[in-house]
Amino acid sequence: MTSVPIPSVRPFRPGFWHAVLVLLVIALAGVTLVRFTRGLGASTNLSDAFPWGLWIGFDILCGVGLAAGAFTVMATVHLFHLRRFEPIVRPTVLTGFLGYLFVVCALMFDLGQPWRIWHAMVFWNEHSVMFEVAWCVMLYTTVLSLEFAPIVFERLRLVRVRNLLRTVNTPLVILGVLLSTLHQSSLGTLYLIVPEKLHPLWYSPWLPLEFYLSAIGAGIGMIIFESHLSGRAFGRELEIGLLEPLARVMVVVLAFYGVLRLDLLWHARVLGTIFRPAYESRMFLVEFGLGVLVPVGLLSWSRIRHSATGLVVGGTSAVLGFVMHRLNVSITGLERASGTHYVPSWMELTVSLGLVALGFAAFALAVRYLPIFPEPVRAHGHGRTADPLAACSAGVEP
Amino acid sequence: MRYGLLLDTTRCIGCGACTAACKEQNGLPLDVEDRTTAYTWTTVQSRGGANVRRMCMHCLSPTCVSVCPVGAMRKTPEGPVVYDAERCIGCRYCVQACPFNVPKYQWDRAVPVVGKCVMCAARLQKGQATACASVCPTGATLFGERDAMVAEARRRLGAEPRRYVDHIYGLAEAGGTSVLMISSVPFAELGLPTNLPNEPLPGLTWNVLSRVPDIVLLGGTLLYGIYWITKRRELVRRLEGPGAQAELDPGGDGGDA
Repeated sequence: MTSVPIPSVRPFRPGFWHAVLVLLVIALAGVTLVRFTRGLGASTNLSDAFPWGLWIGFDILCGVGLAAGAFTVMATVHLFHLRRFEPIVRPTVLTGFLGYLFVVCALMFDLGQPWRIWHAMVFWNEHSVMFEVAWCVMLYTTVLSLEFAPIVFERLRLVRVRNLLRTVNTPLVILGVLLSTLHQSSLGTLYLIVPEKLHPLWYSPWLPLEFYLSAIGAGIGMIIFESHLSGRAFGRELEIGLLEPLARVMVVVLAFYGVLRLDLLWHARVLGTIFRPAYESRMFLVEFGLGVLVPVGLLSWSRIRHSATGLVVGGTSAVLGFVMHRLNVSITGLERASGTHYVPSWMELTVSLGLVALGFAAFALAVRYLPIFPEPVRAHGHGRTADPLAACSAGVEP
Repeated sequence: MRYGLLLDTTRCIGCGACTAACKEQNGLPLDVEDRTTAYTWTTVQSRGGANVRRMCMHCLSPTCVSVCPVGAMRKTPEGPVVYDAERCIGCRYCVQACPFNVPKYQWDRAVPVVGKCVMCAARLQKGQATACASVCPTGATLFGERDAMVAEARRRLGAEPRRYVDHIYGLAEAGGTSVLMISSVPFAELGLPTNLPNEPLPGLTWNVLSRVPDIVLLGGTLLYGIYWITKRRELVRRLEGPGAQAELDPGGDGGDA
């Protein structure tokens, strides 16, 4: 590549979402001050009975899970050599990288003494799942930044540095897949140690596998959702030719996951309780409906899979069901044993929403100033250079 | 593992001397609280007509020791499960995971740490009993070798079978605890968890964690194998397949994996 494609910078027009972003960031700054001067009690609804809340349940568990698209797509393209998915590699790696940065930021709020985070590197306890989680966060964030770095080097026209990174690409991708496998599953392993506290609708000795499979499914759902959003923002058609086969993989993964869940509930003799008029049962049904039944039911149909609306509804539903599952494991399923009812405080919500908003803003900026949707070399001279995003969808054709 | 405590609810009069002695020994604020917190490591509660002490059970295979990512919790050979506040990063996994809900957090501090009973580890090293046991006026809290405490509990149950529920709480719960309890009131009514397995809980996560090296080795081999096969297949397809020229990357990213 002699010339480096740089996206055209469209004029900035402030709109509704920019105002929301600014307000959220101001609120986030205020809450950050309260959190770090007055402690967790003043800023959260956490307590000794309920020590983990929204920041663990949503920010950490969902942030990591929804970044799973990155390792899935990296493996698909760079290890399985399914090259036609190349165009979605960069937006997905960007999503994964931002997802992990989101997790690290949220961790700084949730940890009681975040300035001691380096302790995990010095004081080892290999019997602790949290120790594994800490190392996975650190190492995979590093891997993601190295997978993201070539995009930045390309933009800075440091082609030689970029090519240097490419020579270690294969071990990097393998490392990324291994770390993701460990990290996604370990978030489920965290809850293996509370068999007497976590509700039987969610506790299972196979929690690590459940977390791993559902993350792969939701990671693909996130790719569809994120393609839809960036498509809308940049006036682009959805790349159905690429997303349709991914949706098929998602159907298979989620169907396998769904059958596994029901099978394990049956073995635990609690399958019959899912229709009971209990709080947990209702939450389970919503989660399972959104996360498994709707996406599998819809996207099993070829016609729905080939429609933009069908893809987006199925993918978004999978993401929402995934979020429900993580919140159910970390919050709903522990409430009965704790004897309390946990509802996040407005400050907890502000931090989560504020960080999500910053993530969206970072994504928009990256897409604006970095070659995220790279213009294929073949498109040169086709008159498409004015809009690299259109050029991207043009590159979809095999 | 050596030392332990025997708590007997039938002898407890709820005077609160144990709480006061604990606070003095450990330099905790003297406010009286009706439940254990990061500032009250033991307290006496009235449950089901009995007085029951709340405190750390000092498990033989402690869950908190296993879950702490930085090894801030440690089981000493003498029996106490001690906490190193200097190491703690504040993840609160111990608070979440403890089967007896013992570790508490300083929610009101900007620089918080965990608070929990440490069985007066410093006193034990000097050959003294715990502060709570040394002030108990009725023998409701007894300190000694754990084996001796088990024998004493068995003796009391055998001598007055009608007075006690026929169970020594802590003998087997979660793999056994250094603190043992006998009672006239069923343990569930005392607010103690009665659904705990008799095996140590850390085994549940270690079963998975101990396989991490296998996952890395086998997974790495498998992934590289798939990479190797599909790369060769791609090469063959490029060289033999129709439209082979169009597939070739004009950028010449040969080093790209």
